[in-house]
Amino acid sequence: MTETLLEIRGLTVEFDVPAGRLPAVAGVDLSLRRGEILALVGESGSGKSALSMSLVGLNRGPHAHIGGEVLFGGHDLVAAGEKELRSVRGKDIAVVFQDALAALNPTQRVGDQVAEMIRTHRKIPKKQARERAAGLLGEVGIGNPAQAARAYPHQLSGGMRQRVMIAIGLANDPAVLIADEPTTALDVTIQSQVLRLLKRLQADHGTAIVLITHDLGVVAEVADRVAVMYAGRIVESGTRDEVLFHPQHPYTMGLLNSVPRVDGPAVARLPAIAGSPLTGVARPPGCAFAPRCAFAHAACGDAIPPLMQRYGGSAHLDRCVLDRSRDALEVTA
Amino acid sequence: MKPTPLIELEKLRVEFGGSAGRRVRAVRDVDLTIYEGETLGLVGESGCGKSTLGRATVRVTEPTGGRIRYRGADITTMRGTLFRSTRADLQMVFQDPFGSLNPRRKIADIVAEPLLRARGFSASAAREVVDDLLDQVGLGREAGGRRPHEFSGGQRQRIGIARALAPSPRFVVADEPVSALDVSIQAQVINLLSDLIRDRGLTMLFISHDLGVVKHIADRIAVMYLGEIIEIAARDDFFAGPAHPYGEALLSSVPTLSFSPSRERIELSGELPDPADPPPGCTFHTRCRYVVDKCRTEAPLLRTVADGRQVRCHLPLIPLKGSE
Repeated sequence: MTETLLEIRGLTVEFDVPAGRLPAVAGVDLSLRRGEILALVGESGSGKSALSMSLVGLNRGPHAHIGGEVLFGGHDLVAAGEKELRSVRGKDIAVVFQDALAALNPTQRVGDQVAEMIRTHRKIPKKQARERAAGLLGEVGIGNPAQAARAYPHQLSGGMRQRVMIAIGLANDPAVLIADEPTTALDVTIQSQVLRLLKRLQADHGTAIVLITHDLGVVAEVADRVAVMYAGRIVESGTRDEVLFHPQHPYTMGLLNSVPRVDGPAVARLPAIAGSPLTGVARPPGCAFAPRCAFAHAACGDAIPPLMQRYGGSAHLDRCVLDRSRDALEVTA
Repeated sequence: MKPTPLIELEKLRVEFGGSAGRRVRAVRDVDLTIYEGETLGLVGESGCGKSTLGRATVRVTEPTGGRIRYRGADITTMRGTLFRSTRADLQMVFQDPFGSLNPRRKIADIVAEPLLRARGFSASAAREVVDDLLDQVGLGREAGGRRPHEFSGGQRQRIGIARALAPSPRFVVADEPVSALDVSIQAQVINLLSDLIRDRGLTMLFISHDLGVVKHIADRIAVMYLGEIIEIAARDDFFAGPAHPYGEALLSSVPTLSFSPSRERIELSGELPDPADPPPGCTFHTRCRYVVDKCRTEAPLLRTVADGRQVRCHLPLIPLKGSE
């Protein structure tokens, strides 16, 4: 379980925007282990999608500047050429997007799209690829796979399309599946089916999954480990239980408190975080969360605190310099 | 004290589409009473008709059948000046804080518009109300001179709320007002809405797919499925245990932030049926785990199972009133 599959070191992603250079990812170190579900949590603009897309070079372009290393099987994917990336993408590392309707080809039957992904990386006859495609559609929980394979994307419901996306992702039995908000567009009853599917893939195929989400309930449901992002940096990481139930960083605490929960009593006021997330090109010299932090003091503005073990367990890291030794920030779960 | 009905819907129906065969009945003969001062949470999944019902209640979408009564007066076909002043009492807050504000206009003008048009305010009188409102929704009056693109999603939703409240409405339909917002901002806007409901004595129909959000703002819950209301209950009763199998499945599907996710998940099989061709009998029978023969042929009525609790099911999950 502890074998590292994907190692991210000092990853930076910057985009040229009219106002200057936007530091979408401002230095991330993170590792993904074989067979685990790692949730990447954050709000809009936190850099979680930019981070995941740069793992397989999907946001390269004239206005993107990507630095650092993404090590996979002895290769650095940041430095890799397009050809090498293409041989990894879809085969070893697959991506499932939030908006399946936009990601699927509207003019091609979904079965053919799955089969095409198989044949991109393996030279097998078309017929055999089609059969395997129908098998995959069945595996992701599509009731009548032979019939669904002949459908065009617009003929399928949102939940079905998302399953097709996952089937395409699984086409070559990848070691890593990057799922970017895979259930955000779905209704809860369908979301619960798709989450169960992801758990099953992890159990049956040993697929490691990077799950990008803003939904902490989803994280609680499926994740093994969690990394919380704010303004392009990881501010806290650890196991699901550590981060969700013994949070160390005030931002994580604030997020958890902001969630209107269906369990437990209704409260008159939600303990919201004041202010809005940083979205512009300018970043403060110190902790990026300090301007919104209820506990911030002068020292928070001096320098960016390193991500390290402080008051949590040995692998529970946070980026907060506040003294928490006397449970000064303890929130009641 | 007996609650006073503010809005009464009687067999309200909304149909879309032209060609006879593909006529979608988005709202199917809904009877619903919303009482003065309450917030009624309307929940259901995409395509269930909850937004259409909300829009039809204030005639943003015209109903194709049935009646709407506002404070006892039938407003279903009301026209002209009379309707314009009535409409000012009935406002909407929309989900999309980007699409619903005119990008060319200043915030103060956007917020003042319903006051000038429907309430006959002078520009200077309107200005005073607008300044107060911008303060109340937490933007500050200086925001009035700026334009929508200068604001974030959460701020734009505050603008939308200020605009809806400008003519001092008695009834507001809020259609997924916080769904497009990030968690930390969502909590701020939910708190703002709670404050405004309390301070202004608003009556609200709060539409959302998010049961967590609804739990924190609504007094009563109504659940829709395929154009019909299938359950109405007081908030705490509903969250303690829905009486309709669909409500039960819906609630159990919400991922929770609990330490041990041991709570039973009821996985609904299949998908929402085609609203243009709903199943016979109980429209939920195709996905219901308690289904019996009767459900396939006989459509259940919305019946009272307990005080203030109604359910459209042959086999409700709590006993019928008086049958114990």
